[in-house]
Amino acid sequence: MKFPIRYEHFEAIEKRAWLLGVLTAVMISIGGLAEITPLFIEANKVQPSEGLKPYSPLRLAGRDVYVREGCYLCHSQMIRHQRFETQRYGEFSAASDSVYDRPFQWGSKRTGPDLARVGGKYSDEWQHRHLENPQQLVPESNMPPYPWLTKKKISGADIQARMRVLRILGDPYSEADIESALAAVDGKTEMDALVAYLQGLGIDNVLPKAKQ
Amino acid sequence: MQQNETYNDHVVRLFLLASAIWGVIGMSIGVYIAAQLQWPSLNFGIPWLTFSRLRPDHTFGVIFAFGGSALMGTCYYVVQRTGHARLAFTKLATFTFWGWQLICLLSMVTMPLGLTQSKEYAEPEWWIDIIIAVVWVSFGIVFFATLARRRIRHIYVANWYYGALILAVALLHIVNNLVIPVSFTKSYSVYSGAVDAMVQWWYGHNAVAFFLTAGFLGMMYYFVPRQAQQPLWSYRFSIVNFWALISVYMWAGSHHLLFTALPDWVQSVGMAFSILLLIPSWGSAANGLLTFNGSWGKLKTDPAAKFMILSLVFYAASTFEGSMMAIKSVNSLSHYTDWTIAHVHSGSLGWVAMITIGSLYAMAPRALGRPMHSHAGMELHFWLHMLGTLFYICAMWAAGVTEGLMWRETLPDGSLAHPFLDSLIAIRPYYVVRFVGGLFIVSGMVVMAWNLWHTAAAARAHLIKAIPVPIPQPTPEQNPAPLAETER
Repeated sequence: MKFPIRYEHFEAIEKRAWLLGVLTAVMISIGGLAEITPLFIEANKVQPSEGLKPYSPLRLAGRDVYVREGCYLCHSQMIRHQRFETQRYGEFSAASDSVYDRPFQWGSKRTGPDLARVGGKYSDEWQHRHLENPQQLVPESNMPPYPWLTKKKISGADIQARMRVLRILGDPYSEADIESALAAVDGKTEMDALVAYLQGLGIDNVLPKAKQ
Repeated sequence: MQQNETYNDHVVRLFLLASAIWGVIGMSIGVYIAAQLQWPSLNFGIPWLTFSRLRPDHTFGVIFAFGGSALMGTCYYVVQRTGHARLAFTKLATFTFWGWQLICLLSMVTMPLGLTQSKEYAEPEWWIDIIIAVVWVSFGIVFFATLARRRIRHIYVANWYYGALILAVALLHIVNNLVIPVSFTKSYSVYSGAVDAMVQWWYGHNAVAFFLTAGFLGMMYYFVPRQAQQPLWSYRFSIVNFWALISVYMWAGSHHLLFTALPDWVQSVGMAFSILLLIPSWGSAANGLLTFNGSWGKLKTDPAAKFMILSLVFYAASTFEGSMMAIKSVNSLSHYTDWTIAHVHSGSLGWVAMITIGSLYAMAPRALGRPMHSHAGMELHFWLHMLGTLFYICAMWAAGVTEGLMWRETLPDGSLAHPFLDSLIAIRPYYVVRFVGGLFIVSGMVVMAWNLWHTAAAARAHLIKAIPVPIPQPTPEQNPAPLAETER
């Protein structure tokens, strides 16, 4: 018996640019659609807003500094389901931990340690001094110093604009939250904001145990 | 009128030049930030010279500026030759060149200043993303319009890969970069948390798949048979591999997120498809290597062929490594370590850079109208590049496995054996070796740029005559028959 489909049957594709283009587009779309669509549906079903507040103005400013400086290139924020990871860094990360992270900061490389639950592990003072000059506190560290963060103040109006955009995207900020931003960041430096962000990691973004 | 048609090699030459320059820039930044990992004070306290601000410049510089210019240049070269037709829309083609260079320049300037979306390989802010989309669509129009006016009915397989590159990157770029801007310097992604992670690594992984694999396979399928002076080992096999590669790759992105908060089923699907991916990857590599059957002697005499052959070996090696690293138990050790860095660079320095350099050395004499200025220069480049790559990846393998083992090692009482800092101290010597490897590689790129500059002497003096397009004369036995004038 002859195999019913023969190579010649596919010649049509090899001679028509439009058909080749359409079929290519179909083939490359399937995988992504199959994996991303269910996640989307899932994400829209689960609304964590009951137990979890979005970033406070100061921590939001700090998160944006974290993003701007590219901290994610050396520090992950994702404790994997592995014993040696939970032993070192604490309970493994849940999807709800990063539900207000636009974009996510899970990272892909640990030149430095994971930061998902770094909040409260060190004092504010330590974090300040470490960011200004890491080698002063940890001589063997290869982290670059970030002294310029102490020099620049956070702009309240800018943070309000950012909160409004996040509200469009669905983050539950009330008008009062946005009003309060001016006072919350008044006189604060980028360093203060970044330290506030770090000190909340693993604390402010985690669902209370009782509600889980 | 048609008898006077000539190839548009002007835009090809521009891309060739840009690729060489960006190669030197992008890789030099890599060496500089590699040095900073060992000697952190090398940022001199300047924000925009700091590792974390400059790393996106290195990745964007080598992937999109160096690799992108090479891809667009060779694509324009190949689609003209395989279709026996001049590039469509001469002015639009020139626009794609200047547009792409503008994008590279804007991105490379704004990212160190802190304008970043913080999505790996998609860092440039929203307004640069819009320019990218415009230029990319123009690139697609030039390419597909040239295909439409081809004189050979059959579309040669290299063009399939270039076409897939154009379509897939357009899709990936648009979906991953959907943001709402706050200002010119800041935007927020429409996705958050786990969904964003999935979208980003669907993008990130398939940027590797289509930008760094499909596009360069297109290059390979044209320039390898050309340089081996033999037909492709199996044409049919190349087409089977094409469909397998483009459909399987798209599923594999979630292997970047194993053991994370992503749902388990997505992780398992990603792992399964990553292992499957080995089949079309090795198929393509074998097809390229077997094309050299009967002309292996070129390994002795032809530096371009040497680069190509070695690139295929590295392609096979790093795709094997990639499939293995996507297995959960291996990933548990390798993830977050420098092993990932080793894998990426065996793919990018071994496969992508080598097939590009080989193709540039094959294309330059034809596009520039004279043989390469220095044969010894090409030989020197080959050895510098290969030794540098081996130094680099061996050092990072050793560093990665060391980190992975130290992070998980426990004492008899079950507590962890090493504080994190110990693993950093242990791998610092490897960072020096990596830096030295990088120096070798950049030196090689400088030699190439110098060699191309002298080869381009005639082009710079505007002495190059455009090459006329050979118009195929229909013969009765030709199969498939060339397109009749009325059909095109």
